[in-house]
Amino acid sequence: MLFIFPAMIGFVLFYLVPTIRGFYLSFTEYSILGDPAWIGIKNYTAMLGDELFWNAMWVTVQYVALNIGFQTVIALGLALLMHRVAKSTFIRGALLLPFLVANVIVALLWFWMLDYQIGIVNEIISWMGLPRIAFFGSEQWAIPTVAAVNVWRHMGYTALLIFAGLQSIPNHVYEVASLDGSSPTRTFWSITMPLLRPVLVLVLVVTVIGSFQVFDTVAVTTAGGPINASRVIQMYIYQKAFSESDFGYASALSVILFLILALVAFVQMKFLKGNESDLD
Amino acid sequence: MSTSILSRKKPASNIAVRKKPVNWRRVGAWALVTLAVAVTVAPFLWMLRTALSSNASLASNASNLLPADFSLGAFKRVLGMQSPEEAIAEGGSGAAINFWLYLRNSVIFATVTTAGQVFFSAMAAYAFSRLRWPGRNAVFGLFLATMMVPPIFTALPNFLMIKNLGLLNTFAGMTLPFLFMTPFAIFFLRQFFLGMSREVEEAAMLDGAKHLRIFFQIVLPNAAAPLATLALLTFIGQWNEYFWPLLVGQDESVRVLTVGLGVFKSQSPQGAPDWTGLMAATLVAALPVLLLFIAFGKKVVNSIGFSGIK
Repeated sequence: MLFIFPAMIGFVLFYLVPTIRGFYLSFTEYSILGDPAWIGIKNYTAMLGDELFWNAMWVTVQYVALNIGFQTVIALGLALLMHRVAKSTFIRGALLLPFLVANVIVALLWFWMLDYQIGIVNEIISWMGLPRIAFFGSEQWAIPTVAAVNVWRHMGYTALLIFAGLQSIPNHVYEVASLDGSSPTRTFWSITMPLLRPVLVLVLVVTVIGSFQVFDTVAVTTAGGPINASRVIQMYIYQKAFSESDFGYASALSVILFLILALVAFVQMKFLKGNESDLD
Repeated sequence: MSTSILSRKKPASNIAVRKKPVNWRRVGAWALVTLAVAVTVAPFLWMLRTALSSNASLASNASNLLPADFSLGAFKRVLGMQSPEEAIAEGGSGAAINFWLYLRNSVIFATVTTAGQVFFSAMAAYAFSRLRWPGRNAVFGLFLATMMVPPIFTALPNFLMIKNLGLLNTFAGMTLPFLFMTPFAIFFLRQFFLGMSREVEEAAMLDGAKHLRIFFQIVLPNAAAPLATLALLTFIGQWNEYFWPLLVGQDESVRVLTVGLGVFKSQSPQGAPDWTGLMAATLVAALPVLLLFIAFGKKVVNSIGFSGIK
């Protein structure tokens, strides 16, 4: 019992109790100065009419869709390339590099490269004769830009996960397919993709859950602006709690986020039958 | 396009390479790989190039590939080796980044949390894999279930608890939530401990060794490789952690580098930000991770398949 004791302290104090307390706080009005006051489901009903909440939700969903879409397709392509032509650790390491550097550093680096005035990306754009883009500064571009930056950071990592899945597909399956005269495209769609499904489900669950909680990049670059264009849900929770000291409402928001994530994971597992493999 | 390369069988393509002088599919595939590597690496070179430039010349040489008016000023400024007057003369902001202090804080934060988390998680993983006790699987299931709880959800109550304990802006408050365990660390180590042979352990038991001795003298040394991998991944993660230190470690005396960089950015004037200083600072802040990666890159890369659960 001695062995489990320290972990138990950490678990109870920083996981179990906060989880229960988080649900409790969501039914209270709590501004940190006084004691939490029970107000029932008022925080939740307030949310229904809270335009900023719906905006944050909408912005987050847009971000998640862009991020997941591009990241999965690019990572799948990279993984296939690595699997077929470039297995070297050096190349895998190079692709992983952005993932190892802090979000804050990645955000600052791109903030500089995408600068409207003298950023290299806009220099190239104007050299090509196109109009400069205020990447982080325009309502239209803010979320796609944050999504693109995070795709850049995570694509190598995601590719490595998929690559590991590709490695586990036995060679003889491909041999049989080619003996049967299956075309490369057909082999890809009817063999590689189905066998890759468990890994793809895992990757999707991990990346969807991760991208719903995007914060660092937004906090450092746009802080939710311009206007509300990039105020993602976690940014909204943060501002409610720490700028407006409304911990009850912030907790209710994070309960909603929690429920969404649980639902996403459940649906993905169910629909994509993540636990089963066609290999057996 | 890539699909056609992939689905080719390997031996066949090798023969093809030997027979034909140029295999265009292969060339195309390598071009794509090269492009991907360039896209990931080039921004870091641009970071270095900017850090070695001088702010005054940056605007007029925005697209010059070499440093604009080569200068070590930005690094000196970041490392506190430049007086405020010199800094302003070079186009830096008056805002200081107390680099050495933040570096020290980052080292303390990342080292303490990594050491505690790996050690205590190893103890728990030992209990979950090698010891028999009632309710073991139920407790393990509960631990695993908490992997689902998003960090933001526990962050608010945790912040309140740390505040109530009077630990805001202390290292204790910053490190405590990470110090004892993460479900992932326990899961990761348990997988390895389950695979270890029981024979040595049983022989030691016959000799009258207690669990504590078995843990320290047999289990830990035999698990050196996974422990090192976990420590490496944890250290990199903690070094990069932003959200929690932002909540509880705002004070200068405990501010870590990631938070310090954010503050530095928001302090620099909107008109002409100190880009060279900012890039020099980010580069130096990323340096420990880059060095670790150069030293142990293979380990990190090979562990990714496993850590996918994270």
